[in-house]
Amino acid sequence: MSAVDRGRRRFLAVTLSASGALLVGIRFARAENNADLPAELLGDDLTELGPFLRIERDNRVVIGARGCEIGQGVITSLPMLIAEELDVDWSQVRVIQLPYGYVETDKGPSNKYGDQGAGGSTSVSDAWKELRQAGATARWLLVQAAAREWNVPADQLKTASGQVIAPDGRKLTYGALARSAAAIDLPAEPPPLKKPEDFHIIGKPTRVADAHDIVTGRSQFGIDSYLAGALTAVMLRSPYLDGTLDTLDDSEARKVAGVRDVIHIPGPKPDQPFVAGLADGVAVIADNTWAAIKGRDALKATWKQGPWAKESTGALSAKANELLDKNEGGVAVRRDGDMAKAKKQARYKVEARYEMPFLAHATMETPGALIDLKQDSALLIASLQTPDSAQTMISDLTGIPRRAIEVRMTRSGGGFGRRLENDFVGEAVLIAKAAGKPIKLIWTRDDDLQHDFYRPFGVHALAATLDRKKKVTSWTHWCAATPRPYRENGRKRRIFDGCLEPDDFPAGLVANLDKTFFGVPSGMPRGWWRAPIHTFHAFSVQSFIDEVAVTTKQDAVKLRLDMLGEARKIPYSGHGGPMFDTGRLANVLKLCADKIGWGTKRDDGHGIGIACHFTFGGYAAHAFEVSMEGRELRIHRAVVVTDIGRVVNPLGVEAQMMGGTIDAVSTALNLAITVKDGEVQQKNFPDYPLLRMAQAPQSVEVTIVDSTEEPRGAGEIGVPSAASALANAIYAATTVRVRKLPLMAELQRRL
Amino acid sequence: MQNDAGRPVGPPIKHSALPAPLTITINGKPYEHAGDPTMPLLWFLRDMLRLTGTKFGCGVGMCGACTVLLDGKATRSCLLPMQNAAGHQVTTIEGIAGDNLHPVQAAWIEEDVPQCGYCQAGQIIAAVDLLQRKPKPSDEDIATITNLCRCGTYPRIRKAILRASESMQASKK
Repeated sequence: MSAVDRGRRRFLAVTLSASGALLVGIRFARAENNADLPAELLGDDLTELGPFLRIERDNRVVIGARGCEIGQGVITSLPMLIAEELDVDWSQVRVIQLPYGYVETDKGPSNKYGDQGAGGSTSVSDAWKELRQAGATARWLLVQAAAREWNVPADQLKTASGQVIAPDGRKLTYGALARSAAAIDLPAEPPPLKKPEDFHIIGKPTRVADAHDIVTGRSQFGIDSYLAGALTAVMLRSPYLDGTLDTLDDSEARKVAGVRDVIHIPGPKPDQPFVAGLADGVAVIADNTWAAIKGRDALKATWKQGPWAKESTGALSAKANELLDKNEGGVAVRRDGDMAKAKKQARYKVEARYEMPFLAHATMETPGALIDLKQDSALLIASLQTPDSAQTMISDLTGIPRRAIEVRMTRSGGGFGRRLENDFVGEAVLIAKAAGKPIKLIWTRDDDLQHDFYRPFGVHALAATLDRKKKVTSWTHWCAATPRPYRENGRKRRIFDGCLEPDDFPAGLVANLDKTFFGVPSGMPRGWWRAPIHTFHAFSVQSFIDEVAVTTKQDAVKLRLDMLGEARKIPYSGHGGPMFDTGRLANVLKLCADKIGWGTKRDDGHGIGIACHFTFGGYAAHAFEVSMEGRELRIHRAVVVTDIGRVVNPLGVEAQMMGGTIDAVSTALNLAITVKDGEVQQKNFPDYPLLRMAQAPQSVEVTIVDSTEEPRGAGEIGVPSAASALANAIYAATTVRVRKLPLMAELQRRL
Repeated sequence: MQNDAGRPVGPPIKHSALPAPLTITINGKPYEHAGDPTMPLLWFLRDMLRLTGTKFGCGVGMCGACTVLLDGKATRSCLLPMQNAAGHQVTTIEGIAGDNLHPVQAAWIEEDVPQCGYCQAGQIIAAVDLLQRKPKPSDEDIATITNLCRCGTYPRIRKAILRASESMQASKK
């Protein structure tokens, strides 16, 4: 590229489509004076640009949604950012799902749409600047076009509702200006963004963009994809962790009408990284799903138990407690102050252990993938959370270069972290390779519950000392768990990552602190489960602080507020950092306490419990009011208060907080995955009973703090503090302290 | 795009060697099924007709993602073999609207119910059935809907059903 070209390189790509529509993508140039533009958005290839934005001649606006829609609302919230700065009415906008945008540039692999994955509640915060910039630049071009048309200085022109307006009141629609706008050179600098007080889309309650398709059944999920010539595959997998196929009689299966083939798909070797599927298995390939399922039912297979034949939940629990008792093999997570001295000087000492079960993701849409492998190219259609990893996996398994692998993203029937892994894509590739046909792999519910990347199992041992003024002087949090990192494919992780966060509450707030992690060996695959670290340890932390308050006869809200202390920002090394604002957590806690009526004396047998947590840059507090009717738990009120900074779509955030709370209640009350003799015991919803409407709180009272801080995601913050608030409420109602999840089984055992 | 790729009933073809195909009416149109009579209606709708609004969730009749109306009553299609569905009238999510959205669908949009959206067709069908039986449902009546939602949209489902009830009452007057 010449020096001249370099100087003129566009930071935003604009092209005219064949139909004359204005197409705007975000391909920022490496402008030396603009170092904060993300490197992955740089690129030169204008011709391959897919649109973020298309303005039709009749002034309709089509906006591409780049994210993986898993129910967190990005198909609505991300296009809102573009529409705001473009200055159109939301009613003019139609949203379409973009495919995965991998491109290769002279600077290496890139993505023409920016980051498209869904994980860690980052979609909105990542897009906050990039996508508004895309909208603002398109608006700038349209204004320039009008300025030339009217021969009026651009700075005297205004825009509104998809029109440019001259000082004398003349108007031109964006649609009328699109063609000339596309011919204008891009500005040297990104145009300024709107002031927040001028927002008319951001911050306004906005309904799900494609709701009409959903309620009419037209919405496309991964499982709804069909391809001419594709066969359907269903797999029978080893029921044992790392078990292997011993004998197979497929003669009956092959007799089932519609069954085309039965193929052994070897699984991963024990201790080797997971690079495709999770288990050794046999694929039944058929003309349709029912024939494949029937064929699988007719297989006669026996399995060799693998190296984990003795693994059981009971043994894992015993091992975890043994490691904690003996203080054996612990890894320091964070150590502050002088613990021995604090213990010596303690006036009060409180200790408790909490046990967390394995959890499955149980997305309503089971995993699956439609894959078409050709000689030099491939097509994947699936419900995904990490399209980049899916594409890489296909490339690794086939040798097809990434640029020749098309990945079409659909709506996903839930994610919750399950689709951060692409084992189901890997399986589909292996089957398609063996069959020499396009394959649509379907997972049934038992496949899903028996072969997941489960949230880790573990025991948390907490201890606190207090002085005679009942001030917490030391805090010990030891955790013995099946480590989240397990057979990672090239990733370096610390053993405690995903189980214990060094800087989470009350780190930095108590002078003497000991956080230690003990790894419990296990053959269960482990993964990320919605707000993973936080749902795993916040239950113990926020239950324990309640126990400290009860034991030392203190108010549980005041104790938390005392520990949080003066509003200030303290360092936080985990995801969602680099700072943790004690004032914002105290604020949501106080608001939540007010809302539930904390501190009022009750004589109706109802109990109130509260908890709060900081996750991924967001702050939340939950409170519940409960009572027991016989052995049945009644949830009378569920309250949640959150502060996630500036809110893009209040209706969407409310949905996430409501749904997150119910998901957390559902999980805490009844859900556990258990293992016995190296085999997962749950097979379908009767064993893994998600909450039904009758058991769920009738409503969730959501309060969203009005904030001008940088926006953060809402998909996960609604979960972590709920289970402990519920358990604390149950204690208040019954004086039964539940220290083991799932809650109902333990509560009924102890009542 | 969805399509009606199944075979509409034409003139009967005499072929003594084959059993007579099953006939079934789906969203007002007649279809034939000459395949496995034990195939559940769910997979016939999805794999044969490409009516994919009806979803697979558990295959054991528990989650309700596959709910359709069978002769007007909410039925789990994953457990209903074609031989038992034959001769009946089936209405799927694709067939409940006329020229305009069904009031339940409209209420669903108005109350912004869907999150991931996967279970919603089944929830809507269950609500249509409930409102036929209980035009003014109580909170307890609504809680008899047993369809599962992993996203936790239940409170908005409740609101949408009450809204639909009101609009259906109003349009009767």
